[in-house]
Amino acid sequence: MGRVAYIRNRLALMVFVLFGVTIVIFGMVRVLPGDPAFLILGDRATEESAAALRVQLGLTKPLLEQYWDFMSGIPQAKFGMSLLYRQPVGDLVLRRVPVSIYLAIYAMVLAAIITLTFGITAALKKGRFADHAIRVVFLLFLTTPSFWLGILLILFFSLRLRILPVAGYGETSIDHLRYLFLPALTLALGLSAVLIRNLRGQIILVQRSDYVRTARAKGLFEGQVLQRHVLRNALMPVITIFGLQFGYLVGGTVVVETVFAIPGMGQLLIQSITARDYPVVQAITLISAFLVIIVNLAVDISYSFLDPRVTYE
Amino acid sequence: MSERPTALERYSWSDALTARDLGREWRKLRINSLIIGGTILLLIVILAAICAPLLTPYDPIAMNLSEAFLPPLSPGHALGTDNFGRDIWSRIVYGARMDLQIAFLAVLFPFAFGSLMGVITGYFGGKVDLVFMRVVDVLMAFPFLILVIAIMSLLGTGMKNFYIAIGVVGWIAYARLVRGETLATRNLEYVQAATVVGCQERRIVLRHVLPNCIQPALIYVFTGMVLAVMTGATLSFLGLGVQPPTPEWGAMIAEGRQFLLMAWWMPTLPGVALLIVGVALSLIGDGLSERR
Repeated sequence: MGRVAYIRNRLALMVFVLFGVTIVIFGMVRVLPGDPAFLILGDRATEESAAALRVQLGLTKPLLEQYWDFMSGIPQAKFGMSLLYRQPVGDLVLRRVPVSIYLAIYAMVLAAIITLTFGITAALKKGRFADHAIRVVFLLFLTTPSFWLGILLILFFSLRLRILPVAGYGETSIDHLRYLFLPALTLALGLSAVLIRNLRGQIILVQRSDYVRTARAKGLFEGQVLQRHVLRNALMPVITIFGLQFGYLVGGTVVVETVFAIPGMGQLLIQSITARDYPVVQAITLISAFLVIIVNLAVDISYSFLDPRVTYE
Repeated sequence: MSERPTALERYSWSDALTARDLGREWRKLRINSLIIGGTILLLIVILAAICAPLLTPYDPIAMNLSEAFLPPLSPGHALGTDNFGRDIWSRIVYGARMDLQIAFLAVLFPFAFGSLMGVITGYFGGKVDLVFMRVVDVLMAFPFLILVIAIMSLLGTGMKNFYIAIGVVGWIAYARLVRGETLATRNLEYVQAATVVGCQERRIVLRHVLPNCIQPALIYVFTGMVLAVMTGATLSFLGLGVQPPTPEWGAMIAEGRQFLLMAWWMPTLPGVALLIVGVALSLIGDGLSERR
């Protein structure tokens, strides 16, 4: 199977998964126990107001028609009206998506820097003190819940050292860099804990290979060997792991946005649950699943370009 | 499994310990010490949870406003008190009951159901497997935490609904592990032998294949427990799980967050407990999976 056929298959699978995701989100309200109308209005609502809300939400129509309404709204980002804000859900959510994506990309960049620095150090100093220290420290980061880590960082950098803001998002994009540093670092430390382990293992594996021995025998400097021969090959599997971890990153933004009071999608999600604003919850779930699907597709496809040896099953 | 040398292979050539043997023994020792260290740490926490009333003279919920915001190392309150004057050490020790309960209960259903699904789809293959893998593809597209939160938004907050939500999402990992193992097992001789002898398929799957394929799922239980404790604490932190005043570490951190400037010990100390449980379970899980 060639690359074109592979990409075509991946796209077909993606369309299927996107479709499946909409069915899960659509079905959840209808399958899980509990009447959405009472869920939204509270238990003490009268039967009349619940019936009126059911009509407003379109829950009295035939199931297929409801699904059609749901699906046809997605391309225009119409997810009904927010019950709390009395605004179209699409406007409300889409305004906050860039904030969360900014945070996620920032976290990815920091995670890449941390992973490369410590992953390479650990591999080159294998078995020595630096290796053990990195392993222990990042084992701790792996099991540290992000909301607690965020609070520790606030205590140290914002309240003790007073060099970074406690919370918020700022006005300009330079502000954003400063305001989002600690939240992004919180996410990045958890993410790198997984990635460093993999990168270290991969580098050690590649260093044993024949082509690295050849490169050294040619008389290349160790730095050149590392950059051109070892890293290029060792990074490939790490990128795959990263794609798999992207869901963790998106979930993490929910927590971190709450800790640092960042006006992103995650903060809206938590507010909407407390306010029983189900249409908003639905839209955010859908968008975050879409993001994960697209990133994983991008990872798979970029893989086929970055590594010409990849064979497609 | 084939990488592991048999006793014969190891000792038939020479009784002398080679450098390679030493390396192997060192590795074994290191892995065993991971498991033992993790187990001891976990047992200490379990013991503390059971003996909570003996370890602390205070009621974890009773308020005493005259003793609010005492810093750690105050007389009578080794870890200080919170905004209601409740003893933090007591709340952390009693909180262990809640967080350990989450760790154990939240993996039961995912482990049982996931393993069963894995062995069935792996053994029968074909259409069953195809459908299963597509379901997995779809569920894996959701960020774990967001799907759990979305389900809880429908069911309502509280721990009962947390267990349901994590049950709906958590079984996939176990099913994938057991499925993979079953695929490698189902054509082995003993399965063929059982078929030839005329065993019913139900019996073959449950008595012959499942016990041989469940090991990776059993090992994953510890990783699943870490995930469960952290998710439970996170949801409690977000106000969706354990509700105050019940002592639970995530909820305590959430309460303490409001008093960051006045009482740094309120949000930090419960997190240490969470970290200890997380590290203990991770050590056991890592050790077991490396030993395999």
